[in-house]
Amino acid sequence: VTVLPPYVRHDGGHWYLGTANAVYQNIDFVDQFDPEYVLILSGDHIYKMDYNILLDYHKEKQADVTLAVIEVPWEETHRFGVMITGKHNEVLEFQEKPKDEDAKSNLASMGVYVFNWKQLRKFLIDDEMDNQSNHDFGKNVVPKMLEENYKLYAYPFRHYWKDVGTVQSLWQANMDLLHDNPELDLYERDWKIYSVNPNQPAQFIAANAQVKQSLVNEGCQIYGSVETSVLFQGVVVGEKSSLKDSVIMSSTKIGNNVSIERTIIGEESIIEDGCTIGQPGEGQEGITVIGENVVVKSGKTIPGGVEMNIDNCHEFGCIPHNIGEEGAETK
Amino acid sequence: MRDVLGIINDTDIQHKLKDLTRARSTAAVPYGGRYRIIDFVLSNMANSGIKNIGILTQTYNRSLLDHVDSGKEWDLLSKRDGLFILPPTFGYDQFTGSLGDVDHYYNHLDYLIRSRQQYLMLSNSNIVYNMDYRMVQKYYEEKNADIVLIYKNVDLSEKNSFRVLSLLIDNNGQIRDMAASKEKRLSPAIALEIAFMKKTLFMQIIDDCIARGYRDFTKDGLIKNMDKYRIFGFEHKGYASKIDSINTYYKHSMDLLKPEIWKELFFSHGNIFTKVKDEPPAKYQASADVRNSLIANGCLIAGTVENSILARGVTVHPGAIVRDSIIMQKGQIHRGAVVENAILDKDVVVTPGKQIRGEKAYPLVVEKQAVI
Repeated sequence: VTVLPPYVRHDGGHWYLGTANAVYQNIDFVDQFDPEYVLILSGDHIYKMDYNILLDYHKEKQADVTLAVIEVPWEETHRFGVMITGKHNEVLEFQEKPKDEDAKSNLASMGVYVFNWKQLRKFLIDDEMDNQSNHDFGKNVVPKMLEENYKLYAYPFRHYWKDVGTVQSLWQANMDLLHDNPELDLYERDWKIYSVNPNQPAQFIAANAQVKQSLVNEGCQIYGSVETSVLFQGVVVGEKSSLKDSVIMSSTKIGNNVSIERTIIGEESIIEDGCTIGQPGEGQEGITVIGENVVVKSGKTIPGGVEMNIDNCHEFGCIPHNIGEEGAETK
Repeated sequence: MRDVLGIINDTDIQHKLKDLTRARSTAAVPYGGRYRIIDFVLSNMANSGIKNIGILTQTYNRSLLDHVDSGKEWDLLSKRDGLFILPPTFGYDQFTGSLGDVDHYYNHLDYLIRSRQQYLMLSNSNIVYNMDYRMVQKYYEEKNADIVLIYKNVDLSEKNSFRVLSLLIDNNGQIRDMAASKEKRLSPAIALEIAFMKKTLFMQIIDDCIARGYRDFTKDGLIKNMDKYRIFGFEHKGYASKIDSINTYYKHSMDLLKPEIWKELFFSHGNIFTKVKDEPPAKYQASADVRNSLIANGCLIAGTVENSILARGVTVHPGAIVRDSIIMQKGQIHRGAVVENAILDKDVVVTPGKQIRGEKAYPLVVEKQAVI
């Protein structure tokens, strides 16, 4: 794996201006491998796909571009680029984020593309020259190729797929894993999801703890109750604390008598004793977010829907981790 | 401690670990849900800054070799020094010894000679503890000692089914008498079979033993030389347990369910490292009821688990009950099955409705891959 960040060059260089521009800026890198095909993916999607099958499909159809598509509810078509396809899954027309009443299809592009590199290379260069372009695959490059009568095919994907670009969808994707038989199976032995795995001991579930319908990771210590929640590594849940419908990231410590609902908490935050976070109420339906490295002082009540981080936590009477008024706070 | 060579002795055959050591050495016996026993001493050495470590192994070493691999998890994958496996050079079962075996050491003297380190940290592979060895070296220098033995004070009423090295230590910390015996106790101090000395002194002791036909490092190398060398005792005040039988394995594994011991062992002087696997989080279904247990990642729990240790990838189906037991990797406990006071080795399947019961004082051991 090679990470390709934007870099400084003779003209000074600049940030990636769009998805297509990001690849354009790395044409030389791709050329080194002289590939026949290029697979373009997004980093913020949750799904399991065997790209071999996608590529075989691309070859079988002798396509110029293959786009993976998934059926979405009609009321959500306005969030996606949708494809109108023919009998053989050939793409006839493309609508980028159509208004609900205008949508002619609910086959949404997943942002997973197979291109023939030589063609894509040419289109990327042309697109770069086009001042009107947003330099985006979905908005510019793909429609342009369709316009010029290239052969675009849709590859229908029928398994779990989630774009987690918003707080709500990230939270939902986590909750989706908690059913007894979730659509996305993390436990398939021959299709593991690999990650960086920190070195932590097995999780400890205390005698008075209760853990139900949850995912819990190594290094966690649970003394309270955890229900329909996802806990990353090294999270501590104190005695008589209760956690519901929440996602707690690595090394966050939750004290005693704390109650948390529908909340995402970032890494290494501290929730002191007696806090109440994310309780539902009038106008408080949203998911509560506590950023990383925040200390929620004891006894605080944080209403549902609040988004707190180290920059605005003072407004809620909380402090960033390690720079407390009385000096360092590390416990 | 770059100037210290680490030697881990895994040549002792712990016959009383029965089925657990049928196909693996003591060092490679799974422990605490995701570790092997050797991880403790190996991590102690790595955390103390020892960069050159040799492991003396026995014949059944596939499992150990697979586990330690290149040593990269302990940061020992390096062009200079690193991790060395010192395989047996003769039928290992011809000898029984306690603190290492003179013949084993002698056959690997070459490794000692070629190592650049001046000092030697020696430890048996079957001790579960978290310790900063730098304190030992400091003590060695302070006392101007020739050898430092690490000991622990134990309850004199505690019975041991094995030979232990009992110590009598004077006020200055110097060891004045030693006895290797099952029953004889000179004081509450028991050596943990961990020693620190100069490499050249160690080689000299081995050489002296070989020259006189002696084979037991403890009796011949240490006890007989008590007046010749300044041997000091360094007390390990923290937790330490020696795994030498099914009973000690079971009892000390269950010690991990005490949060203070769990914390001390895994977080006090540095982390305990192990071979990391890509496992998803442990999943607790709506019907799960888990209490006072250690659960590793990759477990799927829909039944009841109490006072138990579940290793990676264990499945407990709805209505199954696991109590006071240790279930190693990928065990499957099916619907309605009951497992009590038992140790299930890797890949054991307990089919629906079956009951496996041992006694607390005599836990039942089920061998690898058994289907019940």
